[in-house]
Amino acid sequence: MGSGGSNSKRLNWRAWGVTKSPWVYHLATGTCNNCDIELLDCLTPRYDVERFGIKLVGSPRHADVLMVTGMMNRKVLPRFIEICRQVPKPYIIVALGACGANKGIFHNSYNTVGPVERVVREVLKEDTIVVNVPGCPPKPEAIILGVVKGLKLLLERG
Amino acid sequence: MVILELIFYPGMLFAAVIGLLSSWFERRVSALVQWRVGPPHLQPLYDLIKLAGKETLVPLGANRGLFLLAPVLGFAGATLASLILWKANLGRSFLGDLIVLLYLLVLPSLSVILGGLASGNPVSILGASREIKLVLAYEVSLVLAVIVAILKADSILLSKLGNTISIGSLSGVIAFFIALLAIQAKLGFAPFDIAEAETEIMAGPYLEYSGPPLALFKLTQVMMLFILPLFLMTIFLGGIDFRGLGWLWGLLKYLGVLLAIILIKNTNPRLRIDQAIRFFWRYGLGLALLALILALIGDRVGIRWL
Ligand code: SF4
Repeated sequence: MGSGGSNSKRLNWRAWGVTKSPWVYHLATGTCNNCDIELLDCLTPRYDVERFGIKLVGSPRHADVLMVTGMMNRKVLPRFIEICRQVPKPYIIVALGACGANKGIFHNSYNTVGPVERVVREVLKEDTIVVNVPGCPPKPEAIILGVVKGLKLLLERG
Repeated sequence: MVILELIFYPGMLFAAVIGLLSSWFERRVSALVQWRVGPPHLQPLYDLIKLAGKETLVPLGANRGLFLLAPVLGFAGATLASLILWKANLGRSFLGDLIVLLYLLVLPSLSVILGGLASGNPVSILGASREIKLVLAYEVSLVLAVIVAILKADSILLSKLGNTISIGSLSGVIAFFIALLAIQAKLGFAPFDIAEAETEIMAGPYLEYSGPPLALFKLTQVMMLFILPLFLMTIFLGGIDFRGLGWLWGLLKYLGVLLAIILIKNTNPRLRIDQAIRFFWRYGLGLALLALILALIGDRVGIRWL
C-alpha cells in the first residue's frame, strides 16, 4: 500500500484466484528422480501443502503451476513446448533443482537443452514467470518458498 | 417467483453454498484421517473463483458445441434436483416427483459422459466409457432400493417418503446400505472413482476441460455432494422436519450420512471397472432384490420389522 497510482495497485482477481488455489502439474523432463521424490514430500502430512490449497493434478489443462524437474533433453523439448501451450493462462513455471535452474551436474552433457528459463524465453518465446529453485535436490521448504515467490510475482504483475 | 426460487433459495445458490461447505467438510475430514491439517474452509470457493478466471481451451479434435454445453446440462440437472428435493422436505410435493428426481440425478453423470466423449481425447473417452458402465451398474440397485422405501412409506410422494423412517426394518437397513454404495458411485468417490481415476487416466472425462467449464463441472460435483446425501436421508431416514428444533436433528442426520460417505471414501482402494460391475450386479442387485422380497412379505403378512 502507499505510493503508486490506483491503476497499478488494483488487484487482478484472476491472479489472486491462482494464488489462492495453485494446482500443480508435475512434469519430469529427464530427472534423476530425486527432485520428484522431494516434490512428493511436500504432499506428506509433515508439510501438507493442501493447507494452502495446493494440490497435484493429472492434466496440464487444470494446472496453475508447472513444476518442471530435471535436465531437459532433446527428446523432451517438443513435448515440453506442447505442454506449456496447453496450460491455461495465467500460470507460472517452477524449475526445480539445480538441473532445471542451470544444468546442474549435467552441464557438459551432449544431449541437453539449456535451463528451463532459457527454453521458455528463446524457444517458446513467452514471458511466463519462471522461478528457479536451486538445490540438488531442493528441500521441501525451498520448493514451497519458490512457489510462494512465483505467485507473489504473478500478483504484482497482475 | 419460480425463477427466484430456482436461482436463490432452494435452487442454485443455496445448494452451491451448502455444497461448498460440505466439500470443505469432506476435504477436512479426509485430511484428518490422513493425519494432516487440511485446507481452509473457503478453499472450495477459492478453487471455483480461480477456475472461473482461467482461460478456456477447446481441443482441436473436440466437438466444440457439445464440449461446452455438457457442463451446463449437468449443472441444470443438479439445480432442478436440489429445488425439487428441498421443496419436498418443506412439504410441497407433486405426484411423480420421485421419478423426476431419479431422472434428474442421472443428468450430471450424463453430462460427464457427453463431455468426455465430445473432447476427442482417447483417455477422456476411456473415462467416459467407464462412467457409462458404472451408471449401468449401480442404477438398477439404486432404483430397487428406493422401491423398498416406497413400499415402507406406502406412497410415491417425496414428502410422504420424507415423513417415514423406513430404515427401522430389516429390508430398510439392507436397502439403505445398497443405496449408500450406489450414491458413493454416483458421487465418483473411492472405491468407485473409476471414471476419473487420477492416478491412471488423469481425471478421465475432465482431462481436456479448463477454466469456466471445469468450474461448472466442479460446482455440479459440489452440489451433488449436498443433494445426494439429502436424497438418501429423505428416502430412508425421514428427511428434515422444520418444526421446532427438527432442523437440528436433520442437520445431524445429514452430517452423519456425509461422514459415512467420506469414511468409506478414505478407507477403500479403487476397484477395477469389471469388479465394480460385478459387485453391483451380483451383490448389489441380489441384496436389493432380497430386501424387496422381505419388504413385500412384511407388507402382506403384516410383520413390521421385516
Ligand atoms: S537437481 Fe539434482 S536431484 Fe534434481 S534431478 Fe538434477 S541431479 Fe537429480
